[in-house]
Amino acid sequence: MRVVIAEDLALLRDGLIRLLTAYDFTVVAAVDTGDALRAALLEHRPDVAVVDVRLPPTFTDEGLRAAIAARAEAPGLPVLVLSQHVEQLYARELLSDRRGGVGYLLKDRVATVGEFVDAVRRVAGGGTAMDPEVVSQLLARSAPTAALTPREREVLGLMAEGRSNAAIAGQLFVTDKAVGKHINNIFAKLGLPPSEDDNRRVLAVLAYLNA
Amino acid sequence: MAGMRVKAFVRAGVTAIGRVALLGLLSPPVKLALLVLSVVSLALTVIGVGLVLAPLVAMLVRAYADLHRRVARDWSGVEILRPYRPRPAGAFVGSPRRWLWLVSDPATWRDLLWLLAGAPTGLLLGIVGPVLLVYGLEGLLGIAIIIDAATGWYGYGVTWPIQDALDIISVPPQGALVTAGALYAGPWLLWALAQFDRSLLGPTRGAALAQRVDRLTETRTQVVDAQAAELRRIERDLHDGAQARIVSLGMSLGMAEDLVTRDPAAAQALIAEARQASGLALAELRHLVRGIHPPVLAERGLDGGLRALALTLTMPVTVDVDLDGRPDAPVESAAYFAVAEALTNVVKHAHASAAWVSLTHLGGALYITVGDDGAGGAVLDPPGGGSGLAGVARRLGAFDGSLHVDSPAGGPTVLTMELPCALSSPRTSPSSATG
Repeated sequence: MRVVIAEDLALLRDGLIRLLTAYDFTVVAAVDTGDALRAALLEHRPDVAVVDVRLPPTFTDEGLRAAIAARAEAPGLPVLVLSQHVEQLYARELLSDRRGGVGYLLKDRVATVGEFVDAVRRVAGGGTAMDPEVVSQLLARSAPTAALTPREREVLGLMAEGRSNAAIAGQLFVTDKAVGKHINNIFAKLGLPPSEDDNRRVLAVLAYLNA
Repeated sequence: MAGMRVKAFVRAGVTAIGRVALLGLLSPPVKLALLVLSVVSLALTVIGVGLVLAPLVAMLVRAYADLHRRVARDWSGVEILRPYRPRPAGAFVGSPRRWLWLVSDPATWRDLLWLLAGAPTGLLLGIVGPVLLVYGLEGLLGIAIIIDAATGWYGYGVTWPIQDALDIISVPPQGALVTAGALYAGPWLLWALAQFDRSLLGPTRGAALAQRVDRLTETRTQVVDAQAAELRRIERDLHDGAQARIVSLGMSLGMAEDLVTRDPAAAQALIAEARQASGLALAELRHLVRGIHPPVLAERGLDGGLRALALTLTMPVTVDVDLDGRPDAPVESAAYFAVAEALTNVVKHAHASAAWVSLTHLGGALYITVGDDGAGGAVLDPPGGGSGLAGVARRLGAFDGSLHVDSPAGGPTVLTMELPCALSSPRTSPSSATG
């Protein structure tokens, strides 16, 4: 799988290259500025890009802006954004084109290598990977989720992060069938139209919670 | 429509002339009496009595000047600030320090000048207004014509004396003109009087600057104290939090290094522990950084920063930012934390269902309003102390800014913050103003 990496700190950039190479990714470009990122994305059209939010020259949100701009030119281009802090505001901007293939994670999550690589693959496959911290903020704030049972809230949280039914079942030690039932209940309680496709399901939930 | 406007014009004119007359006729005797009292009491200082008497009279003069300041504000909309120096500690009535405080304050002498010059000025304006109005009415109502008929030798305005029918017809229009002029002039006479009062009762440039320096000195001390406390808190948080976790992380890794060949399972457990410690250390650092300077504020300025802040609150908050550029980082940070503190206050105390924040830059200052639909009754300095609003005022005060609280019981509450600052053009390049 072909990857473009954008990270200005050499230490982290090399770490990411090493990590992804070890898991059979091919790093086709590793850049350190927003402009270079945009050029690399449009030139290589990678299967997925791993992007740091803050990049030179302004050290503000160059990476995020470059990723959003590149997705405007190449719709659905999978991008996983990494940051030292997560903001609902940025999550909303990343999700706003509703095309999927979007990830937004704290840099800390890279340390849990297995889960991080899963997230990269999920995003490359057109899925989503939202940081649990974003999801928990959303859940804490949304009044309608008050109607859910604790178990259903747990399932909703994992679903919003982008996990498949099987992954949720594995994490909660229940059967796939039980997860499906929880999800149907959640959709019924929140008044969302039922949907089979994992990605559209996540986007629906996030759009609902963001409203 | 037109009738109502004429009515309002007449009412405003008559009211103003009445007020000018009231001030002009009542105040000169009081002013002269106070002036005489002041001079006598100061002279009596030579024999000691004045040491007690002069300060008392001066306070009386100040109270009377305050009355005129209030009148100027209420009747003419002219704001006159008090120029007096703050009373030093231990300056009780009768002490030499109190006498010295009053005598050494230039504002005391300006008050006396105001008493002296104000008496004839007030009298003049107080006579001109009513006389003009009475003269106008004399013409308008044809009284001049009646007098002429009775005495045979009388005139009005430019018609002098009244001789034929044309002269008679010309009197009422002239009277109407003079009456209208008097009514129009009324509010201006009142305003002129207020301006005169302001020129002597308001702070001079020097006094205004001195007051500003006092205020800045006070807020600077508060800010320095607050900053020192903040640094201590950060140091403690780092010491007990992230630093301690990184130490334990290093220990776990060191032990794992030792064990990796002898007991790989135990080494793996230690490495997992180390990873967990690094995650916790990062989480603590993130929390700390957010409190020092929120990353989203650095990245997106006040607009993005405040909208991101609003998203983290449990209550819906509308954010409306209308800025063409960004203020300097310290001002931006002060504005952000002032709003954050105000919103925290709303969440904690207001029992509100919604709040709004609006920012705009006008005439060299940032204006921020934070409103909510809660219970109201917010005060800047509650008797119990510990108001979040005092903290907001302190933050703003450090940058010569101010906080105004409007919070009637029952709500809604609106905080207005003013923060003098310039905006840099967006995109930080000085050459392009558009960006």
